[in-house]
Amino acid sequence: MKILVAMKQVPARDSLLRAAPSGLWLDEADLGFEVNEPDAYALEAGLQLRERYGGEVVVATLGPDRAEPALRECLAKGADRAIHIAADSPESFDPLATARLLAAACAPEQPDLILTGLQSDDLGSGQTGVLLAELLGLPHATLVMAIDAENGTLRVKRELEGGWFQHLSMPAPAVLTIQSGISRLRYATLMGIKKARSKEIRRIDAASLGVTPAPGLRLLRLYPPQRAKQTQFLSGSPAQQAAALVDKLKFEARVL
Amino acid sequence: MSGILLITEQNAGSWHRMSFEALGAALQLGTALNLPVHACILGSNVGPLAAEISAYPLAAVIALESGALAEYTADGATSALAWLVDQLQPDYVIAPHTYRARDFAPRLAARFGRSLLADVTGMRLDGPSPVFQRQLFQGKLTADYAFDSPAPNFVSVQAGSFRAVEPAAAGAPVESKTPPAAEIRQKPEPAFQEQGRAVDLTAAERIVAVGRGIREEGNLVLAQELAQALGAELGASRPICDNGWLPMERQVGSSGQTVAPKLYVAVGISGAIQHVVGMKGAACIVAINKDPAAPIFEIADYGIVADLFDAVPALTAALQSS
Repeated sequence: MKILVAMKQVPARDSLLRAAPSGLWLDEADLGFEVNEPDAYALEAGLQLRERYGGEVVVATLGPDRAEPALRECLAKGADRAIHIAADSPESFDPLATARLLAAACAPEQPDLILTGLQSDDLGSGQTGVLLAELLGLPHATLVMAIDAENGTLRVKRELEGGWFQHLSMPAPAVLTIQSGISRLRYATLMGIKKARSKEIRRIDAASLGVTPAPGLRLLRLYPPQRAKQTQFLSGSPAQQAAALVDKLKFEARVL
Repeated sequence: MSGILLITEQNAGSWHRMSFEALGAALQLGTALNLPVHACILGSNVGPLAAEISAYPLAAVIALESGALAEYTADGATSALAWLVDQLQPDYVIAPHTYRARDFAPRLAARFGRSLLADVTGMRLDGPSPVFQRQLFQGKLTADYAFDSPAPNFVSVQAGSFRAVEPAAAGAPVESKTPPAAEIRQKPEPAFQEQGRAVDLTAAERIVAVGRGIREEGNLVLAQELAQALGAELGASRPICDNGWLPMERQVGSSGQTVAPKLYVAVGISGAIQHVVGMKGAACIVAINKDPAAPIFEIADYGIVADLFDAVPALTAALQSS
């Protein structure tokens, strides 16, 4: 089974984010980056499928040069090889433009299964997997928690809202977006890190893919969220903060 | 047509409540742009729902019905709606940002060569053009977006962002349409629940909710002691339940419970939108977080910026002695 995992590198979770002076992207100075956590679950699902059914796991990303360590981390965890679609300012691509580049680079691979995380922790549009399916003419399922593959048919468990689940079957090849938290993520072993150094990262220049840019979504401005409420911050030592809070909950909010 | 097409959501004859928030958004955009709003309902035998929604100030209600739409599938919904969008040629298509819309709406938009503007939390007019807001970076920044693409353009709206509206007067005409048969590759089986629900967070008057900041399962006892001192139920954000530290039934947010207690104490929760939509209806919100820029403080009434490992035991002690 040939499994392609589309992943993204995003600002590290604990980063202090500031908009760049242009207001159109982040100030990337002093910013750390990491593998988008939902995509780490997609990679984990792909590695587990390879352990069950054999085959190959290929990771692919669209990103600038700084994205390469994220691919290397996926290789260290066990992916066989990687595809880096290089673009200087990937934040200028909207969800469909991103998916068009990924689809153009990944179609020649003819994977049996494409996996992605349910969304990215940066832009959070949650569309890449579904769009890849549409562009490649494949069926899809979202928020997948378990996958069985028998005789060219995929049977998956997907999460619905409010604690409900559903099984769904479809023919392979297909695209599945993976729900976060469905299994424990593996760590890269020392041996894995060593092996990753010699694994292939094939670099494709985004401009060489022949994808014509189309007008789509335009980001006008990034800014800090506006406060819906005026928060009263309590100061002092932990004991003083606690006492002040208890007093306010009793006599101001009257909820105790 | 020139106008707005609202995609509602129903399941076996019952509304998804977010249909009415999306209706509020569609009517708000329609009023701003002076465009009529058509509402469509997908399914089979949706006549009673169509009659019900015709009481809202809509130009028309379209019952998009066929046996193949009785059970939701991504392929079935996408091709039926693509057929309808093609027929109506609306300027905007609006859907609630539900799990189901996340499954089909990007595919529907792509069929028209468009990107879905997903998860919109607000809108305003900038001259003649609408500007839409959505949250990026897990709620740490907000962004304004506009469409550069010509009609039709596609939007999904986040829960709790637009007010559900009251019915105005009966009278929108109801039209039944049958989309052409389409190949449906997904074969769905009946939905199921995994466990009986032992706690009902939606009925709790006070909730102490714990997030990533608690770091280790063994530290949950701090939150449990605080909950006990407050007479509160214990809730959690998604990562805690994903780790199996608390059962899924205690998860608050878009993939878990939506709660509106009198008091909600968020401990070590940063306040990503997926969590906030499940609890922002709480009457009084207390946030304890070491990061003063955490988005949870935007909706908190009272904030303690501190290490929760200092603040929570101190609060538990203060409650016990009061």
